[in-house]
Amino acid sequence: MKSVSITIDGKAVEVPADYTILQAAREAGISIPTLCHDERLEPFGACRVCVVKVEGARALLPACATPVSEGMRIWTDLEEVRRARRTVIELLLSDHPNDCMVCERSGSCELQDLAYEYGVREPRFQGERHTYEVLDDNPLIERDYNKCIVCGRCVRICREVQGVGVYDFINRGFDAIPGTPYGRSLPETPCEFCGQCVSTCPTGALVSIPYKGKGRAWQVTKVRTTCPYCGCGCQVDLHVRDGKVVGASSPVMVGPGQGNLCVKGRYGYEFIHHPDRLTRPMVRKGGELVEVSWDEALDEVAGRLKEIMEENGPDSVAFLCSARCTNEENYLLQKLARAVVGTNNVDHCARL
Amino acid sequence: MRIDSPAALERYCEEVKEKKAKYPYRVSVCGGTGCQAFNCLEVYEALVESIKENDLEEEVELKLTGCHGFCEMGPLMYFQPMGTFYAKVDPKDVNDIVVATILQEGEVEKYLYRDPVSGEKIHHREEIPFYKKQVRLLLGINHLIRPQVIDDYLALDGYKALAKVLFEMTPEEVIEAVERAGLRGRGGAGFPTARKWRICREAPSPDGIKYIICNADEGDPGAYMDRSLLEGNPHAVIEGMAIGAYAIGACEGYVYVRHEYPLALRNLLVALDQAREMNLLGKDIMGSGFDFDIKVAVGGGAFVCGEETALIASIEGKRGMPRPRPPYPAVKGLWGRPTNINNVETWENVPLIIRMGPEKFAEIGTENSKGTKIFSLVGKINNTGLVEVPMGITLREIIYDIGGGIPGNKAFKAVQTGGPSGGCIPAEHLDIQVDFESLQGIGSMMGSGGMIVMDENTCMVDIAKYFMKFLCEESCGKCVPCRVGTKRMLEILTKICDGEGTPEDLEALEVLAADIKAASLCALGGTAPNPVLTTLRYFRHEYEEHIYNKKCPAGVCPALITIKIDPEKCNGCGACAKVCPVNAISGEKKQPHVVDPELCIRCKVCMDRCRQEAIYAE
Ligand SMILES: Cc1cc2nc3c(=O)[nH]c(=O)nc-3n(C[C@H](O)[C@H](O)[C@H](O)COP(=O)(O)O)c2cc1C
Ligand code: SF4
Ligand code: SF4
Ligand code: SF4
Ligand code: SF4
Ligand code: SF4
Ligand code: SF4
Ligand code: FES
Ligand code: FES
Repeated sequence: MKSVSITIDGKAVEVPADYTILQAAREAGISIPTLCHDERLEPFGACRVCVVKVEGARALLPACATPVSEGMRIWTDLEEVRRARRTVIELLLSDHPNDCMVCERSGSCELQDLAYEYGVREPRFQGERHTYEVLDDNPLIERDYNKCIVCGRCVRICREVQGVGVYDFINRGFDAIPGTPYGRSLPETPCEFCGQCVSTCPTGALVSIPYKGKGRAWQVTKVRTTCPYCGCGCQVDLHVRDGKVVGASSPVMVGPGQGNLCVKGRYGYEFIHHPDRLTRPMVRKGGELVEVSWDEALDEVAGRLKEIMEENGPDSVAFLCSARCTNEENYLLQKLARAVVGTNNVDHCARL
Repeated sequence: MRIDSPAALERYCEEVKEKKAKYPYRVSVCGGTGCQAFNCLEVYEALVESIKENDLEEEVELKLTGCHGFCEMGPLMYFQPMGTFYAKVDPKDVNDIVVATILQEGEVEKYLYRDPVSGEKIHHREEIPFYKKQVRLLLGINHLIRPQVIDDYLALDGYKALAKVLFEMTPEEVIEAVERAGLRGRGGAGFPTARKWRICREAPSPDGIKYIICNADEGDPGAYMDRSLLEGNPHAVIEGMAIGAYAIGACEGYVYVRHEYPLALRNLLVALDQAREMNLLGKDIMGSGFDFDIKVAVGGGAFVCGEETALIASIEGKRGMPRPRPPYPAVKGLWGRPTNINNVETWENVPLIIRMGPEKFAEIGTENSKGTKIFSLVGKINNTGLVEVPMGITLREIIYDIGGGIPGNKAFKAVQTGGPSGGCIPAEHLDIQVDFESLQGIGSMMGSGGMIVMDENTCMVDIAKYFMKFLCEESCGKCVPCRVGTKRMLEILTKICDGEGTPEDLEALEVLAADIKAASLCALGGTAPNPVLTTLRYFRHEYEEHIYNKKCPAGVCPALITIKIDPEKCNGCGACAKVCPVNAISGEKKQPHVVDPELCIRCKVCMDRCRQEAIYAE
């Protein structure tokens, strides 16, 4: 890629020609606020908090959606820029509940962060506010459009990343809002409950029901792990509070999933602290399952396998592995089957 | 009949002309949407009947055409070669008119147009002040064209400009001609057409495909220039688009028409079929080897879908929402290919430029604005209708000479140009020249050609509120400044009109206006504050009256007025008391009546009823 020379806040930088102003600024260590931007998505240019001054342009331009061009001179911190951003934040807050106290997203809310940065307590402009019914028509995703800033990230991620297209904007002007066709509940749509929309929502408008009320950003420690459900290896941050997993998310632009997960990786963690969960090896003795040591359990399995093989030959044994295992684990299992036991009876659960 | 060479076209046009030359008379009835509202179709039927009855079928060529411009006067009949013009014709008198005008070579005085200013009856259409100062390069041929009959267009040398371009000019030469003519877009911003074409011509396309689009969305309230052009002369749009396609290197065009324009749509579809049938559109046009065809996309009527990127999204089947530019459509437009969009009127100017020559075209207008512009002149004005004027004409000439001034000898207050996102221009600027830069210089704009005249009884705060309401409702809701900002501005304006305005409200309006202008995504939001800004600039005292003195000087805002009866003028007829819905008026017979301000709901019904004009609002 060709590169172009531009200046940002007087600082000369050289960046690839296909960069946006936002990418160039971030690379130059200059921060520009955003709300409708998500690196996983195509630029949209809707919220207008990322506006900057470009010399020669009549109006302010959105940094997230404007490509750089040779010789561009950009100013990100002029009074007129800050003033426009401030007005945008005030306009958003003039139709937003003052709900941070109990809001799930407090502490990780992009709107709250901006209000904090720009010191907006009471917006100058007051007027009609929307009141929507909170939608919890399913066990996983709650939609509270009172907190929606109509950034369209949910609409776009569902279409662009997940390829499903559950939402689009409905209504016009002040009443524009994302919604499902004919206002159907999520289970009535093709929704896969991947939670991508929740992951991109900058506010508390979309919330994961299983993790609600269990701990906000500052109360949890994030522990990075690899999703146990399949071999893809998506990165997951388990949210841990008081030694318990109370939530999960995926770091954006990291690992194979780039911040996207499937329904299991996003929500399937109830088992971790479930009382029925097996945490020790057990062996059935006299019809009863009895807790034993790993050594005893493995000896039991090896002994019984050997018995069967001696009686009926190696092909009387089959090995069934799992798509939840990594390639390496699956490799080892078939090695055990072929080299140690001597059978080609190897299969895996995804074929069942 | 397939035309396979310029010579064949020439021959065919001559044949058509000869056929027409044998009629000594021609009667043209406007069949446009405006006149259809006045039952012009019945007039036309009566005309056909009468011609038959009087055995004039060989003598008179009949035309049911598109808009003649003077829609307010419909149904219209125009007799040629006499030039006699009849207005507001009643179908039952059509036969009398035919007999008097053609057989007796006279006229029917009753239906002659009466000039509201001088009160005189006028015989010839060209002498009517409304028509006299116009330069009707585009609209002037509407009365000769039956929109669904291609021969009528060919009789006027239609498609010869296309033949000339395809066989005698290179694409670059076409662009240069449009450049020398100085044509600028008629859809709003006045962007130089040739420059746009060149960018699109030079833009690389992944598979060589490029598109052109005709923007016939026309969403400004009260504007119908584009409808009348498309409805009345669809072939000129087709010819213009084919020329543009050749210049740009496009293989396919779209016309985006709103579904509220059924007649325009029907005429266009018929015209497209006829052009295809005659090989004037489609593969290997006139044997030139050039392929180009046009599809029609029907819009749902959202104002924002006139914005080019929203329009493209709409054609692609998506929600009509603008997207940030760059990339401009000329580089990345419909289905990701370079796409050139022009307005209907812009396209209609293209064949005209080729036909009359760019130099001749450029003689009309001002230094930087060439040719004519069509306006829809409406509001508090004597002659309303579509007017086509040379660029550079003054607002005063349009309003007083063509429009005949303000009815009822009321004072002119302001004129709104540029549609809902234009500005209100006060009397002090009446002598300004109408061109792109001058209008912008005083805070308004040319826009697509809406022109709303307001008189002394118009409240400027109320007007600003009206336009803001329109834009607030038409905002697509994508970006915050426009979605929430226009709503907040509307709320403040409503508050001021309701008498609850505070001095801080003026400040808030100014802050919002500046930031909405600076930070909105598309020009809908970017220009939405214009009516407020211009009224604040030119009529600030009216806002202040509302806020500080709780008065509406124009007597419009119901919360701020009192209805009174002038005892000097009132003759005590009691008519007002009878219509008052809340019985607020009382008085003895033949004695001056009075209004009880406690009861009165300021509906103004009584004002319309009083013949003495004794009732006033204060
Ligand atoms: C909100 C909005 C509405 C518009 N509506 C129209 C319209 O109805 N017709 C039109 O020709 N252009 C309209 N435009 C302008 C178009 O975006 C575009 O500039 C124009 O069609 C280009 O044609 P021109 O260069 O021939 O003027 C509109 C623009 C905006 C921002
Ligand atoms: S969405 Fe953000 S700003 Fe709104 S209430 Fe929740 S934390 Fe506060
Ligand atoms: S959960 Fe996934 S599929 Fe369902 S709406 Fe959200 S992004 Fe779309
Ligand atoms: S729900 Fe969230 S992601 Fe979707 S538009 Fe509203 S704020 Fe944006
Ligand atoms: S300015 Fe208004 S119409 Fe244009 S994109 Fe923004 S919200 Fe939509
Ligand atoms: S209608 Fe007019 S003249 Fe008659 S009583 Fe009322 S105010 Fe007087
Ligand atoms: S304005 Fe209406 S309510 Fe008031 S006096 Fe007249 S008719 Fe009656
Ligand atoms: S982040 Fe750029 S417009 Fe929203
Ligand atoms: S529609 Fe008949 S004159 Fe305009």
